[in-house]
Amino acid sequence: MEQKTKVHAEDGRQEIIITREFDLPLELLFKAYEEPELFEQWMGTKVLKMENKKHGSYAFETSHDGNVVFRANGTIHEFVSNQRITRTFEMENTPFPVQIEYLSVKTNPWKKITNGCTHVIPFGEKTSYSSMGLKNIVRCCFIKVLY
Amino acid sequence: MDLRRDVFQAIADPTRRTILLLVASQAMTAGAIASNFDSARPTVSKHLQILTQCELLRQEQNGREIYYHLNAKKMKEVADFIEPFRAMWEERFDKLEVVMKNYKNT
Repeated sequence: MEQKTKVHAEDGRQEIIITREFDLPLELLFKAYEEPELFEQWMGTKVLKMENKKHGSYAFETSHDGNVVFRANGTIHEFVSNQRITRTFEMENTPFPVQIEYLSVKTNPWKKITNGCTHVIPFGEKTSYSSMGLKNIVRCCFIKVLY
Repeated sequence: MDLRRDVFQAIADPTRRTILLLVASQAMTAGAIASNFDSARPTVSKHLQILTQCELLRQEQNGREIYYHLNAKKMKEVADFIEPFRAMWEERFDKLEVVMKNYKNT
């Protein structure tokens, strides 16, 4: 079976592109990122703060057995409903550098034609983690969605 | 030439991934591989060339035929690098889809 989530990474490049098609209307997909209560459910983290607007910021925290095991935060640079979110991402208390993430949500016109009225949304993120395994590189990371 | 980059480009293509799956079970000639596809033979040859260049496949001469073998070592290198990361996102996105389908129905 073909994997739904695809990751494209190239050595010597800063970005990792993650794409995924969802069987969801675009608005619902975006809502999963927009609503803290929904985001918490699928990301498995607690949302401490989420200001979905230009120059807003966010913070996540994950606990295990009462101890905080993961904290991340960032600044939102661009927030366009049902289209895209551009934000920084920083894991606290780790040596990983700050990365920039481009998240975009689009419908796949080709799929839409072939599947009648079904909503199929290709969606991707671009990120880069040299320090997590990529050799030769990276000072920053990207999450970007595909077009 | 940057080998690693080629490897990821190589596996980004669905036809090439299918070729890798075919050859994973047994070594095959170019003709036998091409017979599994509707594409023109030269197209399949081009894919084989790319896969061979980036060492995901290796060629072995057997009499007059050239057989393509999977280079398991190279495949593992690719999988070790990217698979855990991909699996993490796959799991999250699967969950997102379930969460939002439930949300829609409430």
